[in-house]
Amino acid sequence: MATSYLPLLVLLIVATGFGGIALGLPMLLGPSRANKQKLEPYESGIIPFADARRRFPVKYYLVAMLFILFDIEVIFLYPWAAVMRQLRDNYSMLFAIVPVGFFLLILILGLIYEWRKGALDWE
Amino acid sequence: MSANLNVSVILPELILVGFAMLVMILDMVGTDERPTGRTLLPWLALVGVAVAGLVCIQQYSQPAASFQGGAVSDHFALGLRLIILVATGLGILLSASYIPRINKQVGEYYALLLLCAAGMTMMGAATDLMVVFVALEILSLALYILCGLNRESPRSSEASMKYFLLGAFSSAFFVYGAALIYGAAGSTQYDEIAKALAGGNSNLALLYPGIALLLVGFGFKVSLVPFHMWTPDVYQGAPTPVTAFMSVGTKAAAFAAFIRVLVIALPAQQPSWGWALAIMAILTMTLGNLAALRQSSLKRMLAYSSIAHAGYVLVGIVAGTSEGADAALFYLFTYAFMNIGAFAVVIMLEKANEGDALQNRAAGIGQRWPWLALAMAIFMFSLSGVPPLAGFFGKLFVFKAAVDGGWAWLAVIGMLNSAIGAYYYLRVTVSMYFEKPGAETLSQRSTWSALSIGLAVAAIFTVLIGILPGMWTALFTGGLTGLGG
Amino acid sequence: MVPLSWYLVLAAFVFSCGLYGALVRRNAIAVLMGIELMLNGVNINLVAFWRYGDIIDKATQQVVRLDGQIFALFVIAVAAAEAAVGLALIISIYRNRKTVSLDQMDLLKG
Repeated sequence: MATSYLPLLVLLIVATGFGGIALGLPMLLGPSRANKQKLEPYESGIIPFADARRRFPVKYYLVAMLFILFDIEVIFLYPWAAVMRQLRDNYSMLFAIVPVGFFLLILILGLIYEWRKGALDWE
Repeated sequence: MSANLNVSVILPELILVGFAMLVMILDMVGTDERPTGRTLLPWLALVGVAVAGLVCIQQYSQPAASFQGGAVSDHFALGLRLIILVATGLGILLSASYIPRINKQVGEYYALLLLCAAGMTMMGAATDLMVVFVALEILSLALYILCGLNRESPRSSEASMKYFLLGAFSSAFFVYGAALIYGAAGSTQYDEIAKALAGGNSNLALLYPGIALLLVGFGFKVSLVPFHMWTPDVYQGAPTPVTAFMSVGTKAAAFAAFIRVLVIALPAQQPSWGWALAIMAILTMTLGNLAALRQSSLKRMLAYSSIAHAGYVLVGIVAGTSEGADAALFYLFTYAFMNIGAFAVVIMLEKANEGDALQNRAAGIGQRWPWLALAMAIFMFSLSGVPPLAGFFGKLFVFKAAVDGGWAWLAVIGMLNSAIGAYYYLRVTVSMYFEKPGAETLSQRSTWSALSIGLAVAAIFTVLIGILPGMWTALFTGGLTGLGG
Repeated sequence: MVPLSWYLVLAAFVFSCGLYGALVRRNAIAVLMGIELMLNGVNINLVAFWRYGDIIDKATQQVVRLDGQIFALFVIAVAAAEAAVGLALIISIYRNRKTVSLDQMDLLKG
């Protein structure tokens, strides 16, 4: 049983070894010239203009909540996708499509509802 | 592989969900400035409840099972549906003029109420731990929001926060228990669980913790001591129509699911869970009644009284007989009318935007508002179990089931507790009729038609069930047919 | 193969961590996170029980039962719905009270 974990161990050694060498060799061989640019978070990006840990509008939470809901509902499509072909072959195409259609219909109704109620308006 | 998909088994639930969506669609037609058709929403919801009720009554002649043994519509499930639909219908009548005062989003309210009712009725029909879990969450999630409906009131949002945190906490226990039972029996379906456990090839080290955790989860939902801490706070803080609806609906639904799990899936373990339930029943009845004695707020008093009533229902279940299951369901049926009626009186007594009424609001209303006082007296007498009102027969059948099942001493403790309970119910009645109206006494009463209708219906049925109990018990007998897969 | 009991111990550990968080923390959001952790512990249990259960049909060598997995999917969906409702309630109570600390929710007692 333990032998089946051997590849994992090898991978572990190779990964740490590669990382160690990649970090260690330049330190030993390369010249070290410190300057200000090297300490910036993004060497070639937008210069940070404020602390990242600041308050942000509660609207983000609202959008995040709605996103979570619709995002998670998709997981019910996975089991359906897994058996859809079986359902079609054993019963009929209608039987495979209609129930999931109802499910999506309810989701769409929910989306329209929140849209009409202004939950998606930023202002 | 045969597809056993008899959709008619869950037709009442589908109707409720369908009407919830209709309510949402009708709600979307208008805008907040021009609320076209929003006054129709309570009546649309009421029609949905009525249609679902008619379907239920029609289904009494043909019990059936469906969804590979995931749901049944036997008489037990139909009986529970009737209870829930009664509670929902009365709840809508109580809400019609109350809700628009505290929240403009009336459409959401009725849609959530109907969805919650669908979850509750599903609890009785479910014969699979997975289905019970989903139904439990449907009803709980809707109720969390309904409790916090009054967003301006810090009490309402505090109530919903407490209910949410403890509710979510308890469902985690419930689902852990369900998972352990699944592991022990290899299935989530009740009849397969019973079969596996009878065969003796189950892992008891998983099974017993599983049952215990399931007990904790259900104990929270029906507010059994020691899992009752949230009940008074939530009942007091939530909008009163919501309290009325949830005090009956949640209890009935969770008890129904509980009974089915215990009697159908775990009958062999009765000697162990019977004792646990008996101890909890004693604690629940006694603590509920003793705490209710000390309350000055009517809503808090009714909350503690509802804890005590959960204890009485539990007395019927302890023996694990099918007679006890019927008795418990009948008890909840009577409880639906008398408890929602009592909360309807509380709504009448409430000052605008206060969300609660102290007991001295009722002092002396016997002279000022004789009909209101009469209705309240009926509910109080019925709750304390005075014959010939509905509550008496509820208690009678529950205690009789306990005696027949060999738990006579438990029934005696139950009766002693009814005597304690009578004290605080009668105190309200006495103060209504024999005290002089004080400064706090209700002085003007708005004529809320829907609320008055709800109140009258509850009072009439409380009396009617008491006078003709035989007519109604027929709906709640031979419920658990054991229709498997 | 790793024995089933290892998974059960892991699940119980995760569940207990969540339980500890839910009981000890005073911040509503932290309590909610604890509850989510409890549900995830249950998911480990469900999938492990499914994997070690009787799921293969001997004749056709096909997986015939999916109940543990489906149960886990429902638990995931419910956890998400709970999180959404919970965050909405927390926002609503924050607007009212300017705090989400459970110690300060003491209007209702007695």
